[in-house]
Amino acid sequence: MMKLSFEVNGTPCDLAEIDTRTTLLDALREHLRLTGTKKGCDHGQCGACTVLVNGTRINSCLSLAVQHHGDRITTIEGLGTPGALHPMQAAFVRHDGYQCGYCTPGQICSAVAVLAEIEAGVPSHVTADLGAAPPLTNLEIRERMSGNICRCGAYSNIVDAMAEVAGVKA
Amino acid sequence: MKFEHPAGLNPIDRLTVVGRPVDRIDGPLKTTGTALYAHERHDVAPNQAYGVVVGAAIARGRVETIDVRAARAAPGVLAVVTTLDVPRLGRGRMNYAYLFGGAEIQHYHQAIAVVVAETFEQARAAAALIRADYTPEQGRFDLAAEAGHAPLHGDGDEPVHRVGDFETAFAAAPVTLDRTYTTPDQSHVMIEPHATVAVWDGDRLTLWTSNQMIAWSKKAVADILGMPAEKVRVVSPYVGGGFGGKLFVRADAVLAALGAKAAGRPVRVALTRPLVINNTTHRPATIQRIRIGAERDGRITAIAHESTSGNLPDGSPETAVAQTKLLYAGAARMIAMRLARLDLPEGNAMRAPGEAPGMMALEIAIDEMAEALGLDPVEFRIRNDTQVDPAHPGRPFSYRDLVGCLRLGAERFGWSARDPKPASVRDGRWLIGLGVAAGFRNNLLTKSSARVELDRHGVVTVSTDMTDIGTGSYTIIAQTAAEMLGVGLEKVVVRLGDSDFPASAGSGGQWGANNATAGVYAACVRLRDAVARKLGLNATDIDFADGEVMSGDRRVPLGEAAGEGLSAEDGIEYGSLAKDYQQSTFAGHFVEVAVDAHTGETRLRRMLAVCSAGRILNPKSARSQVIGAMTMGAGAALMEKLSVDTRRGFFVNHDLAGYEVPVHADIPHQEVIFLDEADPISSPMKAKGVGELGLCGVGAAIANAIYNATGVRVRDYPITLDTYLDRLPRPA
Repeated sequence: MMKLSFEVNGTPCDLAEIDTRTTLLDALREHLRLTGTKKGCDHGQCGACTVLVNGTRINSCLSLAVQHHGDRITTIEGLGTPGALHPMQAAFVRHDGYQCGYCTPGQICSAVAVLAEIEAGVPSHVTADLGAAPPLTNLEIRERMSGNICRCGAYSNIVDAMAEVAGVKA
Repeated sequence: MKFEHPAGLNPIDRLTVVGRPVDRIDGPLKTTGTALYAHERHDVAPNQAYGVVVGAAIARGRVETIDVRAARAAPGVLAVVTTLDVPRLGRGRMNYAYLFGGAEIQHYHQAIAVVVAETFEQARAAAALIRADYTPEQGRFDLAAEAGHAPLHGDGDEPVHRVGDFETAFAAAPVTLDRTYTTPDQSHVMIEPHATVAVWDGDRLTLWTSNQMIAWSKKAVADILGMPAEKVRVVSPYVGGGFGGKLFVRADAVLAALGAKAAGRPVRVALTRPLVINNTTHRPATIQRIRIGAERDGRITAIAHESTSGNLPDGSPETAVAQTKLLYAGAARMIAMRLARLDLPEGNAMRAPGEAPGMMALEIAIDEMAEALGLDPVEFRIRNDTQVDPAHPGRPFSYRDLVGCLRLGAERFGWSARDPKPASVRDGRWLIGLGVAAGFRNNLLTKSSARVELDRHGVVTVSTDMTDIGTGSYTIIAQTAAEMLGVGLEKVVVRLGDSDFPASAGSGGQWGANNATAGVYAACVRLRDAVARKLGLNATDIDFADGEVMSGDRRVPLGEAAGEGLSAEDGIEYGSLAKDYQQSTFAGHFVEVAVDAHTGETRLRRMLAVCSAGRILNPKSARSQVIGAMTMGAGAALMEKLSVDTRRGFFVNHDLAGYEVPVHADIPHQEVIFLDEADPISSPMKAKGVGELGLCGVGAAIANAIYNATGVRVRDYPITLDTYLDRLPRPA
């Protein structure tokens, strides 16, 4: 058992006693009851548990909560609410970028981070010119989103939603 | 309401809300993570404990002893229940494997214990301390090895379906094809694992679970646990994907209930990802032989489709031959299935059971036959269209425009630019190919009920045990009620997935949309009658629009008409229209692929589906159903395969790294066109299903495109590059 302090969606959180075996995902879902972050595989293979840690997206099932002492975590609940959707959430609704909804919070957290990564000039596997700013193309979006599996198969619509938010044609 | 005659004009035909591409009403909840799935129901009971399921480490035999001492002594453990503690439990209807109880092991990862502890980490650690001793028995795990002596297994009265004399007609045909195709075992791998929170209140059990079929499952829970159904409540308002894998109650529900009983606490259980694959059901592999004979003008004169699959004792076959009875004309026909006994996990329904693997084979065969005849594969299909059930020519299709799907698809996709000679189009290092396949899936009718309430604010609340597994049920049910009662969508509340509500069709077999909305239609007709009676009006000459009830010059706000509130309950039942007419849905699938001439890597470039599926209730969510199915079809064509360890008897690649499904990078922009139609024979909604249609045929369209690109014909799915790399044309 350890003590853990971090910031979640802008709010300081102190967990007096957390099992050192508890993943960041389970700390969010079971201790803080922020169940918007989903557990799909618990293996780092599906991406449903994607959250932003200090602005960078990670699979929250693949790190232990106690590794995040002092970190700044943003979950889907920190992006928007049903009454005040984040532009990416609103675009997912407009483009029907989801079906069952279970991978959706992870897709949206990744989508927000992907646009920021491209903006920041972070290259991907499909970036042809590592010396130039990566282009905001359909291919770049699809490559960077490939860690988030949607078994319902909403991919084509998710890319459309992201392109709308980015202000480009998919 | 009994639906016995084709629907005439009714309030749905106004199409002011129905038929419009409105956003899903559950969208704001799903996109903000505030829709609550089963394992997230912290809200339903305090003091919940965590259960972790232990699966058998052998595929067949007996578990002799289970040593639970270390587990029971581990920190935080509240209870351990093993399969030796309870007699073999009952089974749900349509299940073949037992979920728990007794010493016999029927398949790998069959549940043998549940460990309940204060925390998930404690339960998981304690579960790892359980030691089981087994007496293994030799099992049968290799379909190819068993296929040769598998007995016939008919799906009706006769073991073999025959029309005319196939053998004679085939022997006489000037052009023939005789090929064998195989499809592998596949897993649903919905992203939400099976999960349940179980709460006992005395002898009453409530399960917050993830399930497609609430009424079936309430009965199944009662049968499995040996308790009266009226003591069981099943709740499942959000389901994180099912695809057939959640048609039935699984071990999570049963062991949450047993664990909760033993611990005296509410217990939640989620299956781990490996257990999802080997503990639950899968789509069985098939070996399919197809023979087609035709005249030189392209008329099919003989067609035979035989399929062999395997399953546990009492299991049923994968009905991969089903569509071949109905899809094409032809005088002589022979259809047969063989079922091998296998000791793999239970084979059962996965999205479009039967047609999905059946069309993967049949539609390659049709492509091969077209080539043998020197005909364009679109034209060959059109030439063999039928408007009647070939076995019963007096029984027409209720509505069938496969020809329209193929013609429009060919036009929109630029099919005329296709070079029929394989391996003749290059784009740099890429070999380019176009492929086509028909899509076909039956429209199934089943009764479905709902309750509709109207309050004094004019708010309409629909309650039904129907589920929304990503299909859009919430939204199309709201659209139906809004249309029937003349209110905006914002005035409709939809409550789903609770066995306390009237029993619906549930979600499966692409039957949910048409039947569940037809049930809501029936309840709304009754509510309209109640409103009319309340106002002293004749139900036949009143209208509901703009939140008001209208009769002549009289206009009454709906809320005022409701007074203290009105409620009506009814459902749809069907007469003989499904017997009198063959009801099916149709598609034309078109695909462009690029195959790397050096590495053999296949990339999908374009996909188009044109669908003939009755009235489309919501083109936005229906399109999503179709593109999702096309995506699953791309997985089936190119990557999805459960690898069988034929010595130890289990699926080896039991996670999402080993069982590959399509990701963003695999799927291009997808186009869907719905033909503008309505089928008055299907229901008052004049709708049919689309959720499975999009899957049926698309895999073969991809296979045919790869052939057109490379000249290599692969007949064993999935078409991974190792199956054709050595046969690729020499790079120029």
